[in-house]
Amino acid sequence: MTVQSTSPQFKQNATRALNDAQLQRALGNVKQGFIDKRQMAADKLPEFEALRDSARDIKNHTLEHLDLYLEAYEEKVRSSGGHVHFARDAAEAREIILSICREAGAKTVTKGKSMISEEIGINHHLEANGITPVETDLGEYIIQLRNELPSHIIAPAVHLNATQVEEDFRRVHTHLDAKRDLSEPVQLLTEARAVLRERFLAADVGITGANFLVAETGTSIIVTNEGNGDLTQILPKTHIVLASIEKLVPTLEDVSQLLRVLARSATGQELSVYTTFSTGPRRSADADGPENYHVVILDNGRSSMLGTAFEEMLRCIRCGACMNHCPVYHAVGGHAYGWVYPGPMGAVLTPSLIGVDKAGHLPNASTFCGRCESVCPVRIPLPKLMRHWREREFERHLTPATVRSGLKLWGFFAKRPALYRLATRAAMGALALAGRRHGRFAWLPMAKGWTKVRDFPAPQGETFQQRWKRERKGASA
Amino acid sequence: MPVPSKPRVGLFVTCLVDLMRPSVGFAAVKLLEEAGCIVDAPVQTCCGQPAYNSGDRGTTRDLAMQAIEAFQGYDYVVAPSGSCAGMIKAHYPELFEEDPNWRAKADALAAKTHELTSFLVDVLGVTKVDASFAGAVTYHDSCSGLRELGVKAQPRRLLASVEGLTLVEMKDSDVCCGFGGTFAVKYSDISGAIVEAKARNVEASQAPTLLAGDLGCLMNMAGKLSRDGSPVQVRHVAEVLAGMTDEPAIGVARNPAAK
Repeated sequence: MTVQSTSPQFKQNATRALNDAQLQRALGNVKQGFIDKRQMAADKLPEFEALRDSARDIKNHTLEHLDLYLEAYEEKVRSSGGHVHFARDAAEAREIILSICREAGAKTVTKGKSMISEEIGINHHLEANGITPVETDLGEYIIQLRNELPSHIIAPAVHLNATQVEEDFRRVHTHLDAKRDLSEPVQLLTEARAVLRERFLAADVGITGANFLVAETGTSIIVTNEGNGDLTQILPKTHIVLASIEKLVPTLEDVSQLLRVLARSATGQELSVYTTFSTGPRRSADADGPENYHVVILDNGRSSMLGTAFEEMLRCIRCGACMNHCPVYHAVGGHAYGWVYPGPMGAVLTPSLIGVDKAGHLPNASTFCGRCESVCPVRIPLPKLMRHWREREFERHLTPATVRSGLKLWGFFAKRPALYRLATRAAMGALALAGRRHGRFAWLPMAKGWTKVRDFPAPQGETFQQRWKRERKGASA
Repeated sequence: MPVPSKPRVGLFVTCLVDLMRPSVGFAAVKLLEEAGCIVDAPVQTCCGQPAYNSGDRGTTRDLAMQAIEAFQGYDYVVAPSGSCAGMIKAHYPELFEEDPNWRAKADALAAKTHELTSFLVDVLGVTKVDASFAGAVTYHDSCSGLRELGVKAQPRRLLASVEGLTLVEMKDSDVCCGFGGTFAVKYSDISGAIVEAKARNVEASQAPTLLAGDLGCLMNMAGKLSRDGSPVQVRHVAEVLAGMTDEPAIGVARNPAAK
C-alpha cells in the first residue's frame, strides 16, 4: 500500500461529506446524469442483458486460465517488439516505471487516466525522483492540481464545481493574464487544452492505463472521451502501459463484446469517443507511435483473490455504474471511502488490496439494496461479496464488540422460541405502554443511532404470536 | 406445480410484524383466507437476516434450520415482507452449500416461500381485493422484494382494485430508503441522508399516505417523516389491501377519545 488510506475513518469522512454543502450539490449531478443515460442506452439495445451474461462469461473464462493468457499476451508483446514487466506489488511497479523513465532520460511524463497509477501512487514517486508527471485527462489534471485522489473511477473530479476549478487554474496558471474570463466551463476547457498541449509536446514518456489487454494480439486498449490518451501514448518516444492482471481478455472478438457493455454502463454512450488499440512500438512503415513500448502488469494482491469467493471481483471492467447507482455513494461521495476505489466496487476491492482490518467499514457501509449488482455489466454479486467481508471480519473478531454482544444476546433469544415469545411479549408490552401517548419515541436509550435521525415508532403492544394464540389457538395469552 | 384448491399456508409473520405491528400479520391472514388458503402461524422468531448481514453465519444457520423445521408441513410459506421472503428464497440455500441434507430442505422451503403480494397475484392468480380506501397513496418499492424477488407490478395491480384509491408514483420509488437493517443504526448519519431524500420524494408526490411491503423500511420512513413534522400516514400495503386501516398509522398514537 502506498497511497495513504483514510478508510478506517470512514464514519468521520462521511459525516464531513454530509455537511459539505458544495460537495452535496456536486453529487446531485451523479444521481441525475449517469443513471438516466445508462438506462436509455440499455433500453435501446435489445441484447443488452444477454451481452452482460456474455461479458461475465468471457471474464470468468479468462480468470480460470489467467496464467495461460498472461503468458500468451507476454509472448505477443515481445514478438511485436515491446517489453513486459511483471510487478508483484506497488513498490515494484514504481521502481520499474522509474527505471524506464530514467533510461529514457525523462524530465516530463504525461499520463492518461489510470486507476492503477493512483493505486501505486506513481505521481509522488516520480516527483520525489525529479521527474514531473502531468495528468492529461481533464478531471485527473484538476485533481492533480489539488493534490487529491479521484472521487470517482471514471469522473475523477465529479466532486468539484466550475468555480473551484477556476480558482485552481488561476492559482496554478500564473503565466496567463490574471484578468482573463473563466466564467464559462468552455473557457476552462480551452485553457486546459492550451496548457496541456505544451506538455504533450514536451513529454519524454507517456504512461497510460489499459481497459483491456488482448492475449491473442498483445494489444492494449484504452477508451477515452478526450483523446488525451492518444496524445499521451503517440507523441513521446516511450510509452508505458500500466495495467493490473485482470485486464486480460483472450481475443479481439471478446473485447468487442465487452466494449459494447462498457461505455453503455459507464456513461450511456454506445461507444466512447476514442477506443485506441496499441500493439508494440512504432514499426518502420508507421506514420507515428513510440519507439519504446513497455507494459507493466501489476498483481498487488489480486492473484491471491483467484480461487476465492472474491475472484468474481476481478471481472470488474471499471465502468463506475455501481457507484453511480449507490445510495451511499450518492450521500457521501467517493473521498469518504478513504482510498483509491470508492463505491460498491471499492467496498469489495479495497479490503482485498489494503486489508480488511483497515477497510472494514467499507463493506459494512451498505444497505444491501442490490442496485449495484442490478446494473453491473459483468454481473458481480457485489452485496454478496461485501457480506463475505463481513463474515471474514466476524471470524477474525474484527466486528465491534458492541455489535458482537448485541448479536449474541439477540441470537440467544431468537434460538429459543418459547423464551423469545415470553421476553418479546414483556418487552413490547412495556414499550407500547411507554410510547402510547405519542405513538413514537424521539429518543430511546438502546437505539440512539436510530433516534438521532428519525423517530422510533411505538409497537402496537400485543405481539402477533400472543394474539394468534389467544384468538386462533383458543389458549389464553 | 398445480395449486391445491385449499392450500395450506404457513405465515412467516416476520419478527418486526410480530413485535411491532401485528395488525399487518392479521391483514395478511385475512387476504390469504379470502383467497381460499388455510392459514397457520407456527411458533417462530426471525429469519436470521440480522446475523447473516453482520457476518455471523453460525447463528444464521441455526435460525435457518429452526425456520426450515417449523415450516416443513405447509404447501406454501408466505411473508408480508420481500426482505424476509428473499432471505429464505435467495439465501437459505447458500447457507448449506456443504451440507446436502440441509441444502435439500432449504431448497424445498425456498421453492415454496413467497412474498405476500406476489403470492396472491403470481401463485393464486388474485386480480382484485375487496377493500376500499379513500384518497391517494404512493408506493415505495423495498429493495429486497424488488431486486431479489421481482415484486413491483403485483402490489400495484392489487392496489388498483381497491375502491376509492389512487396510486401516485413518487420519484425514485425504486431507490433504497436507507434502512438496511443494522445499517440504519451503525451508519445513522448516512442512513439519515438517504431517508431524507426519500421523505422529500414522498412529500413531493403529495399523496397523504405512503405504502410499502416491508415493515423495516416503513418504520424508517415513518420515523423520518414524523421527525420532520410531516402529516403523511405510513402503512403496510397489506393493511390497505385487507381493508384493515382502523389501526392508527405507523408511529401514530391511538386516540383514547375514539375508542
